[in-house]
Amino acid sequence: MSQLANPRLTPDGLLDEKAMAPVSWRTPIILGVISIVGLLAFVIFTHPGRISRIVVSRSADAIQIGTLHLPSQGSALVLLVVAFGLTGLSFWATLNRRRLGVIPIAFGIVMLFAFLIWAVAGNTGGLPLPLLLSTTITAAVPLVFGALAGVLCERSGIINIAIEGQLLAGAFLCVVVSSATGNPYIGLIAAPIAGALVGLLLAVFSIKYRVDQIIVGVVLNVLVLGLTNYLFSTVLTQNPQGLNNPPRMPSFAIPGLSEIPVIGPALFNQTVIVYVMYVVVAVLQVMLFRSRWGLRVRAVGEHPKAADTVGIKVNRTRYRNVVLGSAIAGFGGSAFVAAALPFTKEVSAGRGYIALAAMILGRWSPTGALAAALLFGFADSLNRVLGNIGSPVPYELLAMLPYLATIFAVAGLVGRIRPPAAEGKPYP
Amino acid sequence: MKLELRGITKRFGDLVANDRIDLTFEPGRIHALLGENGAGKSTLMNVLYGLYTPDEGQILVNSEPVEFAGPGQAMAAGIGMVHQHFMLVPVFTVAENVVLGHEPTGPLGLIGLDRARALVRDISARFGFDVDPDALIEDLPVGVQQRVEIIKALSRDAEVLILDEPTAVLTPQETDELIEIMRQLRDAGTSIVFITHKLREVRAIADEITVIRRGKVVGTATAQDTEAELASLMVGRAVSLGVEKAPAQLADGEFTVSGLVVTDAVGRRVVDDVGFTVRGGEVLAIAGVQGNGQTELTEAILGLRTPIAGSIVLDGTELTGLSVNDVLDSGVGFVPEDRSTDGLIGSFSVAENIILDQHDRPPYARGIAMDLRVVRERSEAFVEEFDVRTPSVEAPISTLSGGNQQKVVLAREMSRPLKLFIASQPTRGLDVGSIEFVHKRIVAERDHGTPVIIVSTELDEVMALADRIAVMYRGKIIGIVGGDVDRDVLGLMMAGVAPESAEQEAAEHPTLLHEADVIADDQQSEEPS
Repeated sequence: MSQLANPRLTPDGLLDEKAMAPVSWRTPIILGVISIVGLLAFVIFTHPGRISRIVVSRSADAIQIGTLHLPSQGSALVLLVVAFGLTGLSFWATLNRRRLGVIPIAFGIVMLFAFLIWAVAGNTGGLPLPLLLSTTITAAVPLVFGALAGVLCERSGIINIAIEGQLLAGAFLCVVVSSATGNPYIGLIAAPIAGALVGLLLAVFSIKYRVDQIIVGVVLNVLVLGLTNYLFSTVLTQNPQGLNNPPRMPSFAIPGLSEIPVIGPALFNQTVIVYVMYVVVAVLQVMLFRSRWGLRVRAVGEHPKAADTVGIKVNRTRYRNVVLGSAIAGFGGSAFVAAALPFTKEVSAGRGYIALAAMILGRWSPTGALAAALLFGFADSLNRVLGNIGSPVPYELLAMLPYLATIFAVAGLVGRIRPPAAEGKPYP
Repeated sequence: MKLELRGITKRFGDLVANDRIDLTFEPGRIHALLGENGAGKSTLMNVLYGLYTPDEGQILVNSEPVEFAGPGQAMAAGIGMVHQHFMLVPVFTVAENVVLGHEPTGPLGLIGLDRARALVRDISARFGFDVDPDALIEDLPVGVQQRVEIIKALSRDAEVLILDEPTAVLTPQETDELIEIMRQLRDAGTSIVFITHKLREVRAIADEITVIRRGKVVGTATAQDTEAELASLMVGRAVSLGVEKAPAQLADGEFTVSGLVVTDAVGRRVVDDVGFTVRGGEVLAIAGVQGNGQTELTEAILGLRTPIAGSIVLDGTELTGLSVNDVLDSGVGFVPEDRSTDGLIGSFSVAENIILDQHDRPPYARGIAMDLRVVRERSEAFVEEFDVRTPSVEAPISTLSGGNQQKVVLAREMSRPLKLFIASQPTRGLDVGSIEFVHKRIVAERDHGTPVIIVSTELDEVMALADRIAVMYRGKIIGIVGGDVDRDVLGLMMAGVAPESAEQEAAEHPTLLHEADVIADDQQSEEPS
């Protein structure tokens, strides 16, 4: 019977052509269309003779690299030749039923550079690469923590729409506590507590009272928004000096690593929040997929009855995961106010929902969530930087791109996305 | 390990599912628990496994009373259970499923996957299973998944192994292998509790037989008792085991499917170049292990799925491309395989379910309004005709038993003139009385001259009803054979063996149950003389 295990084999063990999926040309065709559009926009309809300046290092950096002066049209042409090469490669891979692997990702990066060179063509200030990267990280941090919260909850079978509220609650309590104590680190301890309290409400209503998890989540978001708005306009506005004046979170440069050109300062000259993020992503990735705890959590999220019949307490696991995940989201909320920013109404501004999208695009894994959150953070940062230096396209349109990409990804256009089978379903 | 149940009672509201049940399971014995669907067997086993708490009574292990607050404690006491619906996580590997809940761990709680694999290989080698520890469960056929469940129980040192309807999803050859495994385990000292409603298997395997009816132990039997005796004990009255039907009288109607191809969401051909013809007055049974394209085939005929190639012709009319409504209007009656999700609306009344497909036309509708008096009168007539046991036609359908629900579906689908009748799993989960009724109605429809298609994974049902049998395997029809074909041949065809080689192999290697049947037949033919 064992040869039946592979549904693509006939009983004789031969490859069954008809049982295989028909070849899908979708990806190669999309890449081809984008390449042609890119060729027209970035090369053919670009003024010849313009120069794209790219600033590679800041004056404070240890290793100084001069500003790059690239001929816009020529550089874009080179990049588009590479893009066409990758398109051809994807056609070849599809024809031979090979996996596309990193081809679409490499293609995306090449097209991105082509776009950047076109966008700053003729710009006298040039593209400040270090600034672009460091604002990417700043924008991505709350998204990463929010997405990790989503991963923890949904892997155990509870949908956490309340990430937005947890980020907001974390930011609020972080500001109040660190302002009151004058110590930013005590604020960092308070933030996850606020998130966990919101998570506890989510857990009680969705597990004990079996309320629809999406409805509870949305209601909690509205509740936290209303509560923080109320407290902001009463308590915080009456005593802004004592309660809404958080001290700046100091940055630490890691010797050696922070001196790496271009990426070093953005990644390794950061506040403790960013370093915690690296650790949490790594630890969760290992624990979720390699440890006993992770196996049980995933079993509960996929097939709770199977977990129950081997003696795993399904709802206890769910409570723990929801509270832990929500605490992580609350911690992430502190990133909004780390730069000594006072609390304002709706400081989270919908990032919790974007974090949810990052979780889906990252396929419910911590490292995937990190990558997706960085992508969204980059889009956010690009939008700001291009807004500052002036760009030929309305940057509001650019800002929509990653979310359009998310909708396509969630619709299953980029491979098959499979959420935990039991998510959203109360047990028993 | 000796396991005793004393006076176990379990109630769900007014329903007494188990009524003062006393049972003893001795080590090294295969103890069959025989009873109809709904007799209370599974409830009893869930009590024993710690999933339900009994309202009264005691469980004793080696004469010591024990109480199980959950399956974890039952497992710790040495009780293992193979559930009818497997308790395996589809996206985990075999090794991960086996160790789930008692994982070998290293530092930081990381799982020792090497030790998990070794555990699977050890147990596999001991009982001659061929199971790859790194295979994903969702890629494995059900027969292998069942072995994983057995390995899972054995890896926890189960001394009592409960198998809940283990043969329901197996081909005869796989059943044979399971019987071998059960005997090996018994000889190694494990006590086996074998829950079933299938008489031939009980007689071939069991050392002891306890019969349960309506939540009570009604008697014990031995493997020497005849099937008729077991059946009457199980049902509480004499039952006829076969279906009485005259040879098929072919009539005018003709339903032809040719070159039909249906793909699933990821583009795999789940129905692959299927073709057959059914004439009026005959029953074509479509047999096969669950999930080999039968569901998709019936859904394509009904218009729920759009085929990518092929044609479906009923009496000269092409059905492909028509809406479900038009297909039904052209005279197709359809009983879906899952009545509770596809056949009925649970919160609707019996009457509303009966007229569900006719509610918008006379006599039930006048203009935009429904004529509730006609609806009530007609549905009362159908309830009478189809012997639906319900307090009233206004009762919500979800309060009825499975058998009565299925009769409502039949009443709806057979209440208009049909040119084709399709029934998927028409008797799944029904009691014997309802099964008899449903089979009689299906045969009556055939004798009325309608082409009938029965999709069933139950070989007993296929053999009882079919004039011809088409076996589906991975979306293809492996072959179409006569209704009098040998069970073993059908079983091999269900595993993908072509009809000619299946006949040869079945003749060379008969299954244990087949041999038991032959002996039983010999005895019966000797008795009169």
